Amino acid sequence: MTALLDVRDLTVAFETPRGRTEVVRDVSFELAPGASLGIVGESGSGKSMTSLAVMDLLPPGATRRGSIRLAGTELTTLPPREMRKVRGARVAMIFQDPLSCLNPYYTVGLQISEAYRAHRPRATRREARRAAVEAMERVHIPHAAERVDHYPHQFSGGMRQRVMIAMALSGEPELLIADEPTTALDVTVQKQILDLIAEIRRDTGAGLVMITHDLAVVSEIADDVLVMQHGDVVEQGGAEQVFSRPRHPYTRRLLEAVPRIDDPLVGPGGAR
Amino acid sequence: MLRYMGVRLLGMVVVLFLVSLFTFVIFFVLSPDPAVQICGKNCTPERIDQIRGTLGLDQPFWTQFGQFLSGVVAGRTYADGQVCPAPCLGYSFQNSLPVWDMLVDRLPVSATVAVGAAVLWLLAGVAGGLLSALKEGTWWDRGAMVLALGGISVPNYVLALVLQYVLVVQLQVLPFPQAVDFADGPGQWFANYLMPWVVLSFLYASLYARLTRANVIDTLGENYVRTARAKGLPGWLVIRRHALRPALTPVATIFAMDFAGLLGGALITETVFGLNGIGKLAADSITQNDQPVIMAVTLLAAFFVIVGNIVVDLLYGWLDPRVRTAR
Repeated sequence: MTALLDVRDLTVAFETPRGRTEVVRDVSFELAPGASLGIVGESGSGKSMTSLAVMDLLPPGATRRGSIRLAGTELTTLPPREMRKVRGARVAMIFQDPLSCLNPYYTVGLQISEAYRAHRPRATRREARRAAVEAMERVHIPHAAERVDHYPHQFSGGMRQRVMIAMALSGEPELLIADEPTTALDVTVQKQILDLIAEIRRDTGAGLVMITHDLAVVSEIADDVLVMQHGDVVEQGGAEQVFSRPRHPYTRRLLEAVPRIDDPLVGPGGAR
Repeated sequence: MLRYMGVRLLGMVVVLFLVSLFTFVIFFVLSPDPAVQICGKNCTPERIDQIRGTLGLDQPFWTQFGQFLSGVVAGRTYADGQVCPAPCLGYSFQNSLPVWDMLVDRLPVSATVAVGAAVLWLLAGVAGGLLSALKEGTWWDRGAMVLALGGISVPNYVLALVLQYVLVVQLQVLPFPQAVDFADGPGQWFANYLMPWVVLSFLYASLYARLTRANVIDTLGENYVRTARAKGLPGWLVIRRHALRPALTPVATIFAMDFAGLLGGALITETVFGLNGIGKLAADSITQNDQPVIMAVTLLAAFFVIVGNIVVDLLYGWLDPRVRTAR
């Protein structure tokens, strides 16, 4: 069976006047249809750049090399016009900070319905609006029919992230990429958003790439894990295996860094 | 909203009061005796006293200021029986014309200059800035920004004189500008105002191009623009809807201020081209020390700036939903 996402030897580099910096080096992974993969690592490990490379949304100055296949289609050689049809419709993305990711000048309804219309050129405004309300109901935003006309700043952080998810759902994608979707949220809200993502995967059968520095999130949601450090993949495999028998020292350190409720208290000077 | 407008209008009255007080103090303290000036060459001390009495110049400062203010609000009757209906801004010391009529007479010229220049600079500035931002770092961008730097640093009377020399004297493609009514023929009217428009708009277009460029580059780096691209929106829609609207909101508010300022007269441009607008009136009245006229043009300019300010605030509330709900 063809993999949903097949990334081979992906390298992302920035060309600067002072030379070339590789932020992602020879990353390879595969994701089966409907499966989920967690990419973990600290800030600057290249995990976000990997996901942006898949979407062809790298910041200016960045170049990518290697192969990215979505259900057999090579994305790296796709002309921009064709790549646009992939974004949102086949691969959708949820970002970290939902406030800055939503345009403050437009209602959430408009922003969801434009995601709906982007890949349905014949859809009318009215249909798109109805679809936006339905998408908001699907992500459990209360009073969706009324909230559709509100602006992003009138929503709480968790509700904003639900709006982002509703937007991502509008294109009915086969693959969902979530880049730190819960980092900017309270712990209780984090749990709700993770549950929502799990629920949506159950309903739609979409594959998931979850990027996070939070190992608890990965252990809850991912089938496979990819551990990145300084742009390199240091360890990959089934989530169960990586977490129970980490082979790389970096993975071990990451796991040790997870605070546990029964840890002894350590003061600022290290005194117990 | 009604309360908000009430507060703003009250603020406007207070500022206008302070501006007139300030201007009045300057003239009361610094200016040479207007009576001597009005009286002219063949003057007797009796005649000077008579003029002082008629205009109320022999009264103490607060009485004179009070008479001026009540004249603006309710009209004024001078000691010699002459009636000046409200809004009375007094009579010019130079030609004895009612100052209000002079303003009404000159305002259309300044408005014509301001509107024409505004259309030009908005088109050129915003389009140029947007193109520069989208082609950031290219030769087009650099060229446009060098031109804009020129627009900001070359004084507009220099540009005016160069243009006049080239287009009027050498090539003779344009007439020497003078205030022409639209009724005199649209072609002639247009040819007359073209040079002032270009000269005045060049400075503003440069400022607006730089501002638009910086704002568009900033917004293109925003996360919500990345979201818009991630949705698969076509490039032009990403730019038009998600980058341009936030980038142009501050431009729109600055525009309201600049335009309001220009209604109070483009002093240099009008003077260089000999257009009889408010700006030239201001320049002339200052050289002739014509106190009532200076007072009036100062107040008029202040009035437009304050109104512009209120318009900006309302505009911001209308353009930015975050401000709208906060109010």
